[in-house]
Amino acid sequence: MEAKVAHDWRLRGQRYRLEGEVCEHCGAKIFPPRDICPHCHQPARKPQTFSGKGEVYTFSTVQSPPQGFERYVPYTVALVKLEEGPVVTAQLTDVAPQDVKIGMPVEMVTRRLYTQNDESTITYGYKFRPVLR
Amino acid sequence: MDEQVKLMHSQRPVGIIGYGSYIPMYRLPNAEIARVWKGGGKGPVKEKAVAGLDEDSVTIAIEAARNALARAEIAPEQLRAVWVGSESPPYAVKPSSTIVAEALGATPYLLAADMEFACKAGTEALQAAMGLVGSGMGEYALAIGADTAQGRPGDALEYTAASGGTAFIVGPAEEALAVCQASLSYVTDTPDFWRRAHQVYPSHGGRFTGEPAYFHHILSAAGAMMEQLAMQPQEFTYVVFHQPNVKFPRRAAKRLGFTVEQLTPGLLSGEIGNTYAAAAITGFSAVLDIAQPGDRILVVSFGSGAGSDAFVWHVTEAITERRDKAPAVADYIRRRQEIDYALYTRYRGKLQM
Ligand SMILES: [Zn+2]
Repeated sequence: MEAKVAHDWRLRGQRYRLEGEVCEHCGAKIFPPRDICPHCHQPARKPQTFSGKGEVYTFSTVQSPPQGFERYVPYTVALVKLEEGPVVTAQLTDVAPQDVKIGMPVEMVTRRLYTQNDESTITYGYKFRPVLR
Repeated sequence: MDEQVKLMHSQRPVGIIGYGSYIPMYRLPNAEIARVWKGGGKGPVKEKAVAGLDEDSVTIAIEAARNALARAEIAPEQLRAVWVGSESPPYAVKPSSTIVAEALGATPYLLAADMEFACKAGTEALQAAMGLVGSGMGEYALAIGADTAQGRPGDALEYTAASGGTAFIVGPAEEALAVCQASLSYVTDTPDFWRRAHQVYPSHGGRFTGEPAYFHHILSAAGAMMEQLAMQPQEFTYVVFHQPNVKFPRRAAKRLGFTVEQLTPGLLSGEIGNTYAAAAITGFSAVLDIAQPGDRILVVSFGSGAGSDAFVWHVTEAITERRDKAPAVADYIRRRQEIDYALYTRYRGKLQM
């Protein structure tokens, strides 16, 4: 429980508001943050908050979920291409699995990701939904 | 006693520089609740908004606040307070406001607290935000009312208890899209609705919730406000009341001398139910979506326990260019997915396994 709380706490910037990084050497936008640029392999620590706009790159519907996600079945996990470039893996929300399409414009929302039991913390984080307007 | 000044004014003039709402997409028709519990018939509203599986009052507050920030066009770090009013916080101990502030990127140099006062928790937060900005302690403050209200299955409250949220960024009057002319609060100890610790569902005083609770506080606050400002009902473009159903606000408007035309644009309960701490202010948000510079708006909340906050707003020129920077209340009401009672019990965790 303690380890999970500490892990969630460290990730709150990226999970709550898509805080990533930008490489000062080659200009690449990086999400999730990893402190090393995947393109030029130089250190990259300058924070950059992403807009949350993107589109569905590919997706699949989950019927046999990992532990902690049982109550959300069936749900869709997608690779979302952010408008700034990076591709992020995230759950889609407010959309039925049969209505998801490749190329569909989506936007980031902060939702409940999971909670282990009635005594544990609630983990919040990004999901994506069809653009509202 | 009549000479006493009951109005509240801040040291420097303040107003709303950004506003935003959020309503979940799921709708449970009253006819569906009536089918399950009474074998058919209707209820006090057409349908109510129901939060999805991954939503709670915190996630609702976050989206409403992001919409308010988009309209205010300030950096989140400029907020000196985030106050969340709710009767359905996800934690019994641990502030919702710190989660909201962190999600917005407003941390760490600010006040953060949760407000409690049944359905008037949101306007209580708004009053406090006006005090903070109006005294000069901070330039901007965020006040939110958000709820995922629950009624006991089969109880009268289940027909209306709904989910939604609205947020306001309060700032100096010069930057406001609606300037506050005055506010006034009216509070007594009236036990019309309550929930004891460790209980899942609230209890209420049945018919006692009407005359001595809702009507007494709303009519007293609105009446004192208009009397002290020497204003007549016809001087307002719109009036918005707390809306636990459709009937109560209609009756309050009539008794105070307001017309159906003044009331209807801010009366949303027929379409989304009673969003508790968000109810009156989401009605106000819908009115701001259509208001014109120069309009005057009277907003009166009501919270059980009991009390009312009343506000008189003057809409400014800033409304025209700022309102399109975020979705309107009507956009959220239009986004509608009907669910049946079985799915509702799953979404709201009413099944004990
Ligand atoms: Zn690089």
